[in-house]
Amino acid sequence: MFKVRIIPCLDVKDGRVVKGINFVDLRDAGDPVEAAIAYDAAGADELCFLDINASHENRGIMLDVVRRTAEACFMPLTVGGGVRTVDDIRALLNSGADKASINTAAVTRRAFVKEAAEKFGDQCIVVAIDAKKVSGEGEPNRWEIFTHGGRNRTGIDAVDYAREVVSLGAGEILLTSMDRDGTKQGFDIALTRAVADAVPVPVIASGGVGNLDHLVDGIRDGHATAVLAASIFHFGQHTVREAKAHMARAGLPVRLDP
Amino acid sequence: MSVAIVDYGSGNLHSAAKAFERAARDTGHSQPILVTSHPDDVARADRVVLPGVGAFADCRRGLDAIPGMVEALNEAVRRKGRPFFGICVGMQLMATRGNEHGVTEGLGWIPGEVDKIAPTDPTLKIPHMGWNTLNANRPHALLDGIPVGSDGLHAYFVHSYQLNAADPADLVASADYGGAVTAIVGRDTMVGTQFHPEKSQKLGLHLIANFLKWAP
Repeated sequence: MFKVRIIPCLDVKDGRVVKGINFVDLRDAGDPVEAAIAYDAAGADELCFLDINASHENRGIMLDVVRRTAEACFMPLTVGGGVRTVDDIRALLNSGADKASINTAAVTRRAFVKEAAEKFGDQCIVVAIDAKKVSGEGEPNRWEIFTHGGRNRTGIDAVDYAREVVSLGAGEILLTSMDRDGTKQGFDIALTRAVADAVPVPVIASGGVGNLDHLVDGIRDGHATAVLAASIFHFGQHTVREAKAHMARAGLPVRLDP
Repeated sequence: MSVAIVDYGSGNLHSAAKAFERAARDTGHSQPILVTSHPDDVARADRVVLPGVGAFADCRRGLDAIPGMVEALNEAVRRKGRPFFGICVGMQLMATRGNEHGVTEGLGWIPGEVDKIAPTDPTLKIPHMGWNTLNANRPHALLDGIPVGSDGLHAYFVHSYQLNAADPADLVASADYGGAVTAIVGRDTMVGTQFHPEKSQKLGLHLIANFLKWAP
């Protein structure tokens, strides 16, 4: 039976995990490779690294993290942050990433999605969408794409944009609600559902997970096929196994391999 | 004993090589794992692994772009009967032809065509991306000791096309995704998985170890 996925996401800056990870006895809580190994052992279905200050100069640091992770963890790995060119994607894949996540570069130049998908296949091109609600009280829901950590409003409708990037070859959508990110109030379910129902590819719900019920909501009500979370796992609030057990009790199919 | 992983420009072979090295170490079958784009290495290898990501036609073009590679594969696998393991599109290439982005000839080792998956449940997403259990259609050495069925271990899939084998005997295992999707094919000394063993944690390493021990 096909299972829904739980994806821990690690924010990485200069080769170090931002804010650290403290859910198990890691020798070095700031080492993304150690964190990845621990999540692998904990039953995570996939891992996501986000390079939060990716630049030309420090690109090599992230590639080294990806390379060392791929040597130790035999599980799928998505890497995002500063992915702007076909060469950026090639370097990530050659280092051991399975999927590259494109964010701003797809907003500014849609053709990049097509070039990337044609070069590497749809299955390894994830388009990350940061969306914020722009409709007012009593108006029909409308979300727009925001860039630069939610500061720049683009005027682009999030659902239309999702359809467009999928038609260009995106194999998966990583959808983050900028309204909910960091709030622990749960996913923006209406947004998740609007996007998931609009596109034929898998949608990963992201932004706002504060408890295990939120993970269930994202799948059951948001129609996502995967849920991404960071802090509830990183800071030991819950283990991935607890999350899966909770989702299984709610009737969702999860992978509980020993 | 040597294991050749064929490098023909189709994506990342780092993970595959590491997974084979790890499985070899774990089983005490310390066979050298050689990532190579040289037909000579492939022709004389004791075992051959053909990975592949992306589109069928692209991968076929990649193989053809290396002079002598298809001949070397035929030499090692078809004439010498060396154990062969195709992964994802590397498995699909064993078919007669692929129908992704036009019709492309495959290696013709397993009669059948590669077509888009068509789940009966319209809410199921394409690609089939994520973890799924396997249902065995027949016993195979690659599945030795691996729990299958709904309570079995999971394999990691990411694909939109599948190899539909013309002879049902070539279908070793399938996965359920709005109907049966081809997961493992096998014939003679050849085997192929649609899923990625190098990304399938416990099941994947076990399966690779089984391949390294396989003496068909």
